[in-house]
Amino acid sequence: MNQEELDTDYDVIVLGTGITECILSGLLSVDGKKVLHIDKQDHYGGEAASVTLSQLYQKFKQNPISQEEREAKYGKDRDWNVDLIPKFLMANGELTNILIHTNVTNYVEFKQVSGSYVFKQGKIYKVPANEIEAISSPLMGIFEKRRMKKFLEWIGTYKEDELSTHLGLDLDKNTMDEVYYKFGLGNSTKEFIGHAMALWTNDDYLQQPARPSFERIVLYCQSVARYGKSPYLYPLYGLGELPQGFARLSAIYGGTYMLDTPIEEVAYTEGNEETGKFHSVKTKLGTFKAPLVIADPTYFPKKCKSTGQRVIRAICILNHPVPGTGNADSLQIIIPQSQVGRKNDIYVAIVSDAHNVCSKGHYLAIISTIIETDKPHIELEPAFKLLGPIEEKFMGIAELFEPKEDGSKDNVFLSRSYDASSHFESMTDDVKDIYFRVTGRPLVLEKKAEEETA
Amino acid sequence: MNSAVTSIKLVLLGEAAVGKSSIVLRFVSNDFSENKEPTIGAAFLTQRVNINDNTVKFEIWDTAGQERFASLAPMYYRNAQAALIVYDVTKPQSFIKARHWIKELHEQANKDMIIALVGNKVDVLENNEDERKVAREEGEKLAEEEGLLFFETSAKTGLNVTETFVAIGEKIPLKTAGDQETDSNGVAISDEQRIDLANSGNAAGQTAGCSC
Repeated sequence: MNQEELDTDYDVIVLGTGITECILSGLLSVDGKKVLHIDKQDHYGGEAASVTLSQLYQKFKQNPISQEEREAKYGKDRDWNVDLIPKFLMANGELTNILIHTNVTNYVEFKQVSGSYVFKQGKIYKVPANEIEAISSPLMGIFEKRRMKKFLEWIGTYKEDELSTHLGLDLDKNTMDEVYYKFGLGNSTKEFIGHAMALWTNDDYLQQPARPSFERIVLYCQSVARYGKSPYLYPLYGLGELPQGFARLSAIYGGTYMLDTPIEEVAYTEGNEETGKFHSVKTKLGTFKAPLVIADPTYFPKKCKSTGQRVIRAICILNHPVPGTGNADSLQIIIPQSQVGRKNDIYVAIVSDAHNVCSKGHYLAIISTIIETDKPHIELEPAFKLLGPIEEKFMGIAELFEPKEDGSKDNVFLSRSYDASSHFESMTDDVKDIYFRVTGRPLVLEKKAEEETA
Repeated sequence: MNSAVTSIKLVLLGEAAVGKSSIVLRFVSNDFSENKEPTIGAAFLTQRVNINDNTVKFEIWDTAGQERFASLAPMYYRNAQAALIVYDVTKPQSFIKARHWIKELHEQANKDMIIALVGNKVDVLENNEDERKVAREEGEKLAEEEGLLFFETSAKTGLNVTETFVAIGEKIPLKTAGDQETDSNGVAISDEQRIDLANSGNAAGQTAGCSC
């Protein structure tokens, strides 16, 4: 392979190395497609990269502190891998499945997150992860615990084709509120189930059919059962390892990678952006053709629209564990909306040097929520209060975008912005949806044979 | 006498077409293929070598072509204990690139990493010494300045290929029984929390696992 011979024709061009795009290039490369993957930035991860501290200062602060001061306070820059978008993997979620089925687990190591906490009346409580914790948990009174137990037994024994296990409930007709009523569950238990287990960010689900909530609770329970402490996993060196791992998968199956390569021009057939189909992209390395392109919203702003939601995220550096968590090295805190008079929950994701994302003795807490007022930073106040002294804060607001069309007309297939949810389930839904639109068939994950290793 | 197997992650670096994969192929399967296509489909290759009563298992990572347009991911260097920086003795440009990789490793990788500088394709010189564009002395000098091992190899004939890996293996501190695993910063990882996704603890299919 010579530097000079560079193919100009591909089956798929992918723009942006966010995790959505990297999973798709990995899967399509394994399918035998010839993929060219380009990023305008000089690092992997796109909007959801993990960055070093110097990159973080550059991105968020107008007057970054000097290198000397930064190193004196926070140590070596390369010890830091700070996620721009906070999320955890559900241990039994779809991303975990994709990782296992593609063997990308060869490149990324995971730890389980130590605990999940929920905010109630000014304090945080651990979400029980087993029966012993549940019995001693102060989250519910003794009678409520019994009702909750009945509810979970129903979830656990429910079988689609055995009517007797349904207890007269129809997941597609009854609302979740009706299900709660059936089990006589009180408001605070509903809040616990809906927000700390089903991980809904608001209360809209109450009046909707129960099935999605049911499935989310099953996923939560299976995820907790898998490793025991919490439903969540987190990769060593940060979430930015995930796009890198899938990019390596793609490269191993012949994918070509170009970072630091801005798109100078996109051409359409008939020379017409309105009516033509995608034709090629022009870059400093040449013009590359493919029948279709997959990209994140930043590459085709005109083909995207706002979802109407904006998310505020605050990255906080701490030099101590979060108070009241038994010095946990990693955790999630959910502040349900009703506890703080809001419509949307506030999430806090905390990781630490145990995950090789910051220098020794430090903790990273990322707070996020959907903006409801014109003073979004004040909306995060309840979360800041839980963290204790904060060494440094980086705040940013992101508008969430989605594609205007499905790509069938112009062969431009766009992903959605990373949302405010605490895990990757909506992202993998997007991956599967784009995969279906691009290939015309649903994504089927089959365990690949172990790769040849002598 | 130490019977433990020491695993070493070794990464390959060097310009495209200098013979990185061919060196590995020679080492792993004692094979060579003249017009080898760029590597496809293997996550990494492994090979065991016995060095003074000890077994060293090399886990060899190929760049998978990601070095071509400056797109090698930081993940590639993570926890690597050894690196082969390969250049082609008939291509001066590839030697310049080798200097670049040495610098890159000093910035990105673990300080204790064992690095070998390898001038490949010396078989080409057998019939025609004029083909040589990088003097042996130049390679030796660079290696000495940077504290690297140095070999001139031929993946085609097998010259010095195994020797290179054995020399690396001899410099790696061997694992003794009871040694803790350490991460790139030399920090011990004592870890019940670390998990192996592929062999996950409890059966994933079971429901009703939750008892809260």
